[in-house]
Amino acid sequence: MSQRVFRRFVEVGRVCLINYGPLEGKICVIVDVIDENEALVDGPSSITGVSRQSIPFSRISLTDITINIPRSCRHKTLVKAFNQENVLERWAKTKWARKIASKETRANLNDFQRFQVMIAKKKRNRAVRAEQAKLLKANA
Amino acid sequence: MTYQEFVIVGRRKPTDSNPSPQIYRMRLFAPNKIVAKSRFWHYMKTLRKLKSTQGEILSLHQVYDQSPEKVKNFAISLRYRSRSGEHNMLKEYRATTRCAAVEKLMNDMAGRHRVDPSRIQILNVASVDASEARRVTTKQFLDSKIQFPLPHRVLRRSGSRFKAQRATTHFS
Repeated sequence: MSQRVFRRFVEVGRVCLINYGPLEGKICVIVDVIDENEALVDGPSSITGVSRQSIPFSRISLTDITINIPRSCRHKTLVKAFNQENVLERWAKTKWARKIASKETRANLNDFQRFQVMIAKKKRNRAVRAEQAKLLKANA
Repeated sequence: MTYQEFVIVGRRKPTDSNPSPQIYRMRLFAPNKIVAKSRFWHYMKTLRKLKSTQGEILSLHQVYDQSPEKVKNFAISLRYRSRSGEHNMLKEYRATTRCAAVEKLMNDMAGRHRVDPSRIQILNVASVDASEARRVTTKQFLDSKIQFPLPHRVLRRSGSRFKAQRATTHFS
């Protein structure tokens, strides 16, 4: 069974999420590998706001998205590949990105919205329990 | 410690008998200008028999890398005093700037040889081509198709210090 132990690799073109520091939460692409601790990363700076810089691997999380770029490519080339492969769209669709987005939404709810959430949850749970009761009765 | 690179130019104070003394120029790595001046006089004293009271600094300015966004292979030749003698070394580091390479050097020397930065004399920091790299640790990164996973990731502590479950270290 060829199931790989590792699916995400540090490689040129790997899209990463910065998880620490002033650029926390931003997307960047590995443009070159410096050594076993650091990578050279670029947003692209015109799209995600991460300028070309060295960043330690401890500050980034690898995503599943890779783009095809030559090592240490120019910003122009990077932007072209980034847009061609629809990285931001693909990232936004992932469960990971959606979880981050929902966390942010939840943190910024006002009191009325929290009330609406409570009502919606009650409605959903009532429907789930009703269905569950039906199934239990059917299998009893 | 973050290092900065300075170019310092100094000479002996001119006198009637010696109106234009020999001018010395030095490239140094130091955390700031004050330490740079101090190190300059340290070398003038040991190498040129010139004390800070006898001399003057003509110029001191910071120099920056030409291409801080390119990864380069730096070969640093140095001299250092260990507890029992003085030794020469050639060490290689991959970094984007000369200062980043020197920072790595200082941490490396401290860790591997227990040497204080003040006992290290950097003779030369040269950016070398990939074909001229000598150390295996540098050469293993000179691969255009480099690829490696991040196994056993010990992440930054998040949340409470005490948890019921062991932390996950396998991410993909």
